[in-house]
Amino acid sequence: MTELTCICCPMGCRLTVDEDNDYAVTGNTCKRGAVYGRNELMNPTRVLTTTVVIEGAAHGRMPVRTEQAIPKAKLFEAVEELKKVRLTSPVHCGDVVLADILGTGVNVIATRDL
Amino acid sequence: MYDLAVIGGGPAGLAAAYSAYEKGLRNIVILERDKELGGILNQCIHNGFGLHRFKEELSGPEYAHRYIEMVQDTSVEVKLDTMVIEITPDKKIFINSPSGYECIEAKSIVLSMGCRERTRGAISIPGTRPSGVFTAGAAQRYLNMEGLMAGKRVVILGSGDIGLIMARRMTLEGAKVLACVEVMPYSGGLTRNIVQCLNDFDIPLYLSHTVTDIRGDKRLEGLTVMKVDENRRPIPGTEMEFDCDTLLLSVGLIPENELTRGAGIEMDPRTNGAYVFENMETSIEGVFACGNVVHVHDLVDFVSDESARAGAAAAEYVQNGAVKGDVIRLQNGADVGYTVPQKIHRDTKADKIDIFFRVRSVFGKSQVIVSAGDTEIQVFKRPYMAPGEMQHIVIAADKLKGYDTITVTAKEA
Amino acid sequence: MYDVAIIGCGVIGSSIAYRLSRFNLKTVVLEKENDVAMGATRANSAIIHAGYDPAEGTLMAKLNVRSVELTKDLCQKLSVPYAQIGSLVLAFSDEESAHVQRLYERGIANGVPGLKVLTYAETKAIEPNIADNVTCALYAPTAAVINPWEYALALAEVAVVNGVELRLEAAVEAISKTDNGYVITAGGKTIETKYIINAAGTEAGMIHDMALPHTFDILPNKGEYYLLDKSEGTRTNHVVFQCPSKVGKGVLVSPTVHGNLIVGPNAVDCEAGDTSTSAEDLAFVRSMAVKSIPSIDFRQNIRNFAGVRPNSTVDDFIIKAHDGFFDVAGIKSPGLASAAGIAEYVENLMQDNGVVLAEKAEYTDTREQPRFKEMTHEERAAIVAENPLFGRVICRCETITEGEIIDAIHRPIIPRTVDAIKRRCCAGMGRCQGGFCGPRVVEILARELGCSRQDIDKDKTGSYIVRKRED
Repeated sequence: MTELTCICCPMGCRLTVDEDNDYAVTGNTCKRGAVYGRNELMNPTRVLTTTVVIEGAAHGRMPVRTEQAIPKAKLFEAVEELKKVRLTSPVHCGDVVLADILGTGVNVIATRDL
Repeated sequence: MYDLAVIGGGPAGLAAAYSAYEKGLRNIVILERDKELGGILNQCIHNGFGLHRFKEELSGPEYAHRYIEMVQDTSVEVKLDTMVIEITPDKKIFINSPSGYECIEAKSIVLSMGCRERTRGAISIPGTRPSGVFTAGAAQRYLNMEGLMAGKRVVILGSGDIGLIMARRMTLEGAKVLACVEVMPYSGGLTRNIVQCLNDFDIPLYLSHTVTDIRGDKRLEGLTVMKVDENRRPIPGTEMEFDCDTLLLSVGLIPENELTRGAGIEMDPRTNGAYVFENMETSIEGVFACGNVVHVHDLVDFVSDESARAGAAAAEYVQNGAVKGDVIRLQNGADVGYTVPQKIHRDTKADKIDIFFRVRSVFGKSQVIVSAGDTEIQVFKRPYMAPGEMQHIVIAADKLKGYDTITVTAKEA
Repeated sequence: MYDVAIIGCGVIGSSIAYRLSRFNLKTVVLEKENDVAMGATRANSAIIHAGYDPAEGTLMAKLNVRSVELTKDLCQKLSVPYAQIGSLVLAFSDEESAHVQRLYERGIANGVPGLKVLTYAETKAIEPNIADNVTCALYAPTAAVINPWEYALALAEVAVVNGVELRLEAAVEAISKTDNGYVITAGGKTIETKYIINAAGTEAGMIHDMALPHTFDILPNKGEYYLLDKSEGTRTNHVVFQCPSKVGKGVLVSPTVHGNLIVGPNAVDCEAGDTSTSAEDLAFVRSMAVKSIPSIDFRQNIRNFAGVRPNSTVDDFIIKAHDGFFDVAGIKSPGLASAAGIAEYVENLMQDNGVVLAEKAEYTDTREQPRFKEMTHEERAAIVAENPLFGRVICRCETITEGEIIDAIHRPIIPRTVDAIKRRCCAGMGRCQGGFCGPRVVEILARELGCSRQDIDKDKTGSYIVRKRED
């Protein structure tokens, strides 16, 4: 049995995950909590947010995020990968700035217009 | 003469302007001091915004973008790079911008200036005064907007959400975050941020500790952290030394109400914001306030909701005049720090009243009791409450109308 | 070959430079820090004392009283914030009432105008927030509050306009006597000069000893302060002092010329340059202050700071000439209040010692400073129409515009740090302490000075603010 705090939303439900019972989750108030509890022990993932260089815009940095969560263990490597990206204005909110980051199948998208 | 002038184009101002437009006002202006709309959201690049409002987890700029697009599709006028210098009680607004210093007039005003961060001075941290001591928000701006790092070896004082978010952000950018230090026995931020910003990166959280000395003549060189007793006084013999070049302060936010005070609007010392009615009207008829300028919120979604009510109320005021008549007063009972609103118009047209408040300590299974004298009007059950998490209850207006004073109390179940 | 080298550009060095700049002299000012007014001048009570405090017959008494009018006049000429708000010394016991009476008599002897001993009721009438146990008070209507660093800066700026050379980051390392003057090594360079004026504050003893036999010691002594938000700025109307007692000189509570409330100082011996504060000392200052004004709301504190007084082993200012070397040392309190008179006295002393002071055909003795916040609506509209940079507010707490910041950057003494901007136009001095405007000031400085933001220091050289992300 492992106790966790759910991070899906600001409620922060206190979850209990039973590894010996197919990672059954209790303490959650929504379905997302059950999925989170299970994933957190089997394959923890996180959404990455950072910035990348953009040229020709009002700011020198474009805020970006992974469209879905990526494996937690790849966060630092993903940040390094994104340091190589150089954007040129205009870029729109939602545009893919790096596809399939580190072979995760997850795209990195711009989160504003610049 | 504008129908409505909105002071500040952050999330509160955008939602208020949009809502007033939806209710039929057409002559609306947003006065924004920055060169773009969006306010502080522009530097809050992390995700987690919009779960309530859009049922999605957006970044701060994305959340702002949604509202900016909504407002851009209306006839709302936006004046950027425009700072409001003074508001008079008769709704004259003196504005300054590179295109001129002028006075504009409006039938109604929404105050949505947001808040500012408490500083080192506010908590009187002793020691020397080197560079390297930042409010978390200033460091966030440098990093997320300008691509500049505040430092390499970091201690964070205060476990407010901005501090926690910056702990993760600085770590991902290659800094070593040595500790997060919190003077209270509980965190000031959301639990999920403790998990994903500190625990994920093995950053220790020292509860009931504070920074007691700062060293360094030029740049910060180190600091001392001590455990504190129940009166928040440092306990001798508990000193821990940290060798660091950066101290980030996440020690609270203060509503930015200099314009409000200047206009002579009545202030609530508990929130540091204006006293407001259920429709977010202040003590001056036709002047409304919403968002962090009224009370500091945890979630932008609630700022948007509150601001939409303020904008709608401004439209109602311009179209149909002020809500007059009797006032029901709300007061905070045991373990409740404040309530917003503080006043309710007895003749309100609203069916439901949203009441926001914060508790003064951590509660497990608990009750929120709305009462008038000895009469319990309604009881709300809560599994958990903490000062770091704003509480929200909704109560039918009819249930309150028979009373003069309503009290909101919290207690363990 | 210089005629005069002034060592130190605090309020004393700059006051002297200002006066000497009227004459046909080749003058250089050597300052070890990266800006002027970096020592006691930027961290003190900011008060022009009326002059009842120093013992009768001392230079301190004479120059303090003389300076009250001189300073008022100078502040007007130089556009330096000044407000003659008067001071009160509160007594809380019969013993202290007797002390107030003695101060009154000393003040009369020193020539201080307008002094009065007020009863409790009379004091309460003009200073409503005083404690109930006040017995009486000495009222001195000529006391004033000023902006001390802007005062020094304005004096130095006019001196530079008149041709005085200012060398920053030029710490004096050695002095040797020559046949017709001195050779000074400062900041790695040597200069020759006929005369030296030693205005080096807490380091004046060290400078003296480089050139002359040891005669005095400087005993650095620290004073710590609270500076409260403008919401507390009307807590008192006057500078409110206490009588000295066994536990110390007593702390003062006063509005500042900017409208904040200042509370302090204590007095503790320290090393030169030690401007740290400590929790115990601040607690002491606080406990003393509430004896005078119980209602001070310390939650409105925006900054703590400390300054170091150049106290000395002599019970008076040390202003003496020896063979072309002029000590202006041990300028402890009331040093700021006496600066104008000290400069005048030094000028006379130089003349008495054979220095030829011939007035230039042309010089200036005034300075203008734009202050958007203090302008009328019409003046604001006019200046923004003329220069749109005044239409952009950078520091919102103090309402300081980009126009004022850029004006400051392009003045004769170039500010290169964020704190130097703060000293010139108050950006970052308000309740958010630069949290909001700091990054914007860094950006403006980098742009105007043609460097990168990483090169901008907060205060002293080496106090960098940010690093590049990729580093």
